[in-house]
Amino acid sequence: MGVDRRQFLKIAGVAALAGLGGKAAVDILAPGDVEASMKALPLTEGKRWAMVINMPELNDEIMNKCIAACHEEHNVPEFGDPKVEVKWLWKEDYHHSFPDHHNEYIDEKYEHKFLLLACNHCSNPPCCRVCPTQATWQREDGIVMMDWHRCIGCRFCMAACPYGSRSFNWGDPRKAPKDKNPDFPTNINYPTRSKGVVEKCTFCDERISKGQLPACVEAANKLKKNVLIFGDLADPDSNVRQVLSKNYTIRRKPDLGTEPNIFYIV
Amino acid sequence: MYDGGKIIIGLIIGIGFFTSPFFFNAGKAARRPEPELTQKAKDAKECVLETSYMKSSHMKLLDEWRQTFVRNDERYFTAKSGKVYYKSLQGTCLDCHSNKSRFCDQCHDYMGESPYCWECHIEPKESK
Repeated sequence: MGVDRRQFLKIAGVAALAGLGGKAAVDILAPGDVEASMKALPLTEGKRWAMVINMPELNDEIMNKCIAACHEEHNVPEFGDPKVEVKWLWKEDYHHSFPDHHNEYIDEKYEHKFLLLACNHCSNPPCCRVCPTQATWQREDGIVMMDWHRCIGCRFCMAACPYGSRSFNWGDPRKAPKDKNPDFPTNINYPTRSKGVVEKCTFCDERISKGQLPACVEAANKLKKNVLIFGDLADPDSNVRQVLSKNYTIRRKPDLGTEPNIFYIV
Repeated sequence: MYDGGKIIIGLIIGIGFFTSPFFFNAGKAARRPEPELTQKAKDAKECVLETSYMKSSHMKLLDEWRQTFVRNDERYFTAKSGKVYYKSLQGTCLDCHSNKSRFCDQCHDYMGESPYCWECHIEPKESK
């Protein structure tokens, strides 16, 4: 009875060979099937939603209004502690937003200029590739969606996202401090999340499906037009394509190949 | 058997302890759940599907709604009558059935069900 050391090594060796060979056979016969499926579901007419942010026009008032509108719409709580912060739309300075644009002598007004960051809804989203439950996936219209029913809170997506656009719920958002969230939940038509779920900006899928602009864009438009511009990148005549063709824009960390869909006019 | 008497007494006490809930509750059937309809639900006369189906299988419909709504972006449901509903637990179901404690919880409590919908979806505020 029992397996001695020699037998164990033999079995282990054969098993490892079979494993490697099996993977190779699957790769040859059905390429791509073993990898987690990244193909989006058939949805709207294959558009590509994108946002252009006009950096020179941005100011604190507009940014704060946008953030407030977003967080109110989506019941995003304020914890007051950066360690457990939940971010959908937030402010960051140029230096930290574009760490690959190193320049010691950059114009000071840019170096400390704050701008708006959110999920970039990448065309090649690394978060979707690593999600083991397909709780996050790319829709046909380019939106990187979250299905909070399905998220198991493994946080692979947070590790995969190079933009820090995803936040983990360390606690029940409804237990967020009342003094900071007097009216929470602020939108009774939108769910809160539960403890142990990852959340992020969804480009306001619930508003787009009703033909409305995202909450942040609407809030910005109330103060000043054409600061945040939202549209379909796949349509050559769309507002975003026209703006992009006339202005020099940059994207965050494009070298990583994630193809972010938020553009910044410098 | 050593100490047989003690063991048997111990066993009788143990069995008595574990079966005590049956003796305590013998003959007392739990109250039948009587979910109440709000006036709005009564006036509507019909739900999105037949009442018998909704009674037995509303959870299947809700599961289907959440799948098709979130994952396929199919946000509207057309009832047999042709009426179109926005698929929303918070916005549509509980708009009519706004008395969650007198409607949903009645049966759920009776059946020992505790659906976790309400961890995220917001319950309507009930006026008592």
